Amino acid sequence: MGPSMNNDLSVSNLVKKFGDFTAVDNVTFAVPQGSFFSILGPSGCGKTTLLRMIAGFEEPTSGNIMIRGKDMAGVGPNLRPVNLVFQHLALFPMMNVEENIAFGLRRRKVDSATIKKKIEAILERVGLPDYAKHQIGQLSGGQKQRVAIARSLVLEPSVLLLDEPLGALDLKLREQMKVELKKLQAKVGTTFVYITHDQSEALVMSDRVVVMNQGRFEQLGTPQELYGQPLTPFVAQFVGDNNLWSGEITEMSGADAIIRTDEGFIFRSRVQGEVTVGRRADLFLRPETLRIQPEDKEGLNIFNVTVKTILFDGANSRLLTVTPEDHELLVALPQNRRFDYIQPGQTIEVGWHPEAGVCFAAGD
Amino acid sequence: MVISKSSKAALWLFLTPVLCWLLLLIVLPHIDLLRMSFGGENDYGEHVWTLQNYRNFFTEPIYWNTFLRTAIFSIITTIITFLLAMPVAFYIVKVVRPRFQGAMVLMLLLPFWVSELVRVYGWMILLRESGVINHFLLKFGVVDRPVEMLYNDATMIMGLVYTSMLFMVVPIISAMESLDDSLIEAAHDLGSGKLVIWYKIILPHCKPGITSGSIVVFMLVLGNYLTPNLMGGKNSLWFTEQIYNQFIASFNWNQGAAFGFLLLLLSSLIIWIGLKLSRQKLGEVAS
Amino acid sequence: MIRTLPNTKRYSFTYGTFMICYFVFLFAPLFVTCVLAFNNSDFPSLPWYGFSLDWFVASGPERIGIFNDSQNLRAILTSFQTAFWVAIFSTIVGTCAAFLFEQEDFPFKNLLYFLMLAPLVIPGVILGISLLLAANTAGTFVENSFGIDVALFRPSFWLVVMGQFSFITTFVALVVSARLRKFDHTLEEAAMNLGATRLEVIWHITLKFLRPAVIGAGAVAFLMSFENFNTTLFLVGSKPTLPINLYLQVRDGSTPVINAISLLLIVGTFCLALVNLYFSKEKD
Ligand SMILES: Nc1ncnc2c1ncn2[C@@H]1O[C@H](COP(=O)(O)OP(=O)(O)OP(=O)(O)O)[C@@H](O)[C@H]1O
Ligand SMILES: [Mg+2]
Repeated sequence: MGPSMNNDLSVSNLVKKFGDFTAVDNVTFAVPQGSFFSILGPSGCGKTTLLRMIAGFEEPTSGNIMIRGKDMAGVGPNLRPVNLVFQHLALFPMMNVEENIAFGLRRRKVDSATIKKKIEAILERVGLPDYAKHQIGQLSGGQKQRVAIARSLVLEPSVLLLDEPLGALDLKLREQMKVELKKLQAKVGTTFVYITHDQSEALVMSDRVVVMNQGRFEQLGTPQELYGQPLTPFVAQFVGDNNLWSGEITEMSGADAIIRTDEGFIFRSRVQGEVTVGRRADLFLRPETLRIQPEDKEGLNIFNVTVKTILFDGANSRLLTVTPEDHELLVALPQNRRFDYIQPGQTIEVGWHPEAGVCFAAGD
Repeated sequence: MVISKSSKAALWLFLTPVLCWLLLLIVLPHIDLLRMSFGGENDYGEHVWTLQNYRNFFTEPIYWNTFLRTAIFSIITTIITFLLAMPVAFYIVKVVRPRFQGAMVLMLLLPFWVSELVRVYGWMILLRESGVINHFLLKFGVVDRPVEMLYNDATMIMGLVYTSMLFMVVPIISAMESLDDSLIEAAHDLGSGKLVIWYKIILPHCKPGITSGSIVVFMLVLGNYLTPNLMGGKNSLWFTEQIYNQFIASFNWNQGAAFGFLLLLLSSLIIWIGLKLSRQKLGEVAS
Repeated sequence: MIRTLPNTKRYSFTYGTFMICYFVFLFAPLFVTCVLAFNNSDFPSLPWYGFSLDWFVASGPERIGIFNDSQNLRAILTSFQTAFWVAIFSTIVGTCAAFLFEQEDFPFKNLLYFLMLAPLVIPGVILGISLLLAANTAGTFVENSFGIDVALFRPSFWLVVMGQFSFITTFVALVVSARLRKFDHTLEEAAMNLGATRLEVIWHITLKFLRPAVIGAGAVAFLMSFENFNTTLFLVGSKPTLPINLYLQVRDGSTPVINAISLLLIVGTFCLALVNLYFSKEKD
């Protein structure tokens, strides 16, 4: 993953400390040209700090940042070929849409005729063709969003940094902007580095995602890899929903292990990382891998649960069930009318394939 | 922050004029004031360093009497201003209907935009022997001979209260605005009387406003020249008048500088005590 | 006690009366001054001899109205000039100070900040005399060493400007600082991210944001300077400002022309105050 000319941005061994507190801890990654790269992590994990170092607002404690092969150490934020879309947008309230977008071009001493042309083109791009003269206060949340992006894109940056730009929007608009952003990125071909704490945003839009926790990178990969093959318990828990059991490894057989959960179930499951017989382990299992009343039980882990409630949510409906020991489990409920008979209070049989679960050695 | 480090030019652009201002117009003149206050002439008219100016102050009763008088009257004026400002502020913030609040604040502010001289002059034509009030008193037969109401200490204090009122009312109003009505309601509900509510809730809450108001009022009164000079009696000198006399009438600048420095010491001392008592910092009070 | 709590009739009545008295106390001197400006009398006092505009427009020889009173007119002009320069200088330097203390970091910042607040607690008279002394010292020094007599160092127009500037700037700085503290600093970062240098950011973003506060502070500076008496008293040269000139007249016995001037001042300041208030309301 060394710096290559095909990477718009490469960061190596980056560290940022605030006093004794390490906000970004030895982070290394590279973003290939034209890709959509997301950094996903819970609130306070250091995402903004990382982005601000790339934009030049914070000085790294150590490590370096290269943009298009050029070392950025000592380059001021106004001289870096990156632009940032701020968490709260930071549109200039005393200027109208046009002046906001022209701001960066004016600083580069671009002539007015060209500026005019560029503003028209970029407003067309983001779907706001007739809004040049509008005041910022007159725009809706989604429109402001687009102006903020246009303001940065018009400068044709090597990398566009976006700091949770959808955070301030309501749910409906967020869903819509997600798709639009992805389309926009494909159209303009600029490299996007996108940070968010919303896993669905990251999974939907990105070519590659990195999961960040407490300043460190947990796992970097495609959305499919993160969801299907989490490498750490944190990733398994943070990306998508998971059911969790604690237990002890009783037997190893090849890539699989036999785990006895604390409530006495014996399961066969795939393992990840160092796991040995006799150690405590955590077993993660996605709701949609649990099959209700399986007909072919060959090779499956089978057990009984009692339905507590039906959490109806259209295509994403689930059953909230409990084991005899009162351990809560989520089970996906396919909406193909096959299971319409299930009622709260009923006991049902569920099964899952050993490949679908994953065991990690438990942390101490 | 990186931003501020990134431009030395900006720092110097701001620092230079501010440094010039503070050094040339504040620091140097006051150092000179201190230096001058130790200067004097010996019997041959030569310049010497001496403590004589300060010795004069302590040996001549008229000087330190005036000094004490000024200090005490300033404190009294500050207290009266406070006592008057409190109910006024309370009425405007908590009692009057919100519809009239803006207009009342405006009415409160307007007179203070007018030059102090005009306001004092207004009082003079009201109060003097041939003044408007005497005219009405005579007309309605309350008195048979005009009464001189100007040129005494009480009138002077009233004038000082009048001229510095605003600087007490405004900070108290802004402090009181942040006091939640429900606190008073709750106290009332729990059976507290008005006095207890004032003591336990309103006064403590307004303390920052009261402190800054008192400091500004005290400072303004202590350093006032106009009002005591025009409204006070001829024999009731204010310390600033002593300074003026030394400078303009006797042309004894060394003595005047010593008086000036003493007045500066006094005002700093009392303000410092005020800040200590209320446990505040000058920076907080200023903002 | 407060709006929402029940009050006795007597309490409300007494409190209301108190407030009326207070406002009468506030406005009585101004009102009387204004009314007596129109009295057809040689003295600013009652009885009322009828309405007259003599003290505004008369051209002598017995009565000279303010519009023909060259001495007072000259004083008004001087005050305008003084206030103009003081407003300009103190606005510029005060704004610099606000930026300096709100946005920059440098050694001895706290000491300097304390110095900036000092004029708030130094009586105006003391500011006046120390500046007079310092100017005199500087003048003597320059004359002895270089043999030049610099008029600036003697009581004069510019010395008055400097004296007033020295404390009015603090007020401007405090007003602008308060506004600057409300400024969203990500706007500056955004501008910088779009390629602006530090100075461009200040010019295009921060100053635009501060404009209403700076203009308001400038207006207040103008008014403070126009009305200043205590500091000016010691620094004034052969061209007295209006307050000084009025003081000399009041002290030595007065004619209703002072009422006429006062009336103009009252009307003028009320207008300026209202305009200022209107603008600051609108911006909020
Ligand atoms: N200037 C600073 N000084 C000290 N600590 C800081 C500073 N900036 C950030 N931190 C700390 O660094 C950690 C990471 O902050 P950061 O803003 O990068 O989080 P984030 O991942 O962007 O969170 P969010 O999703 O809530 O925006 C936080 O614990 C924060 O308290
Ligand atoms: Mg953040």
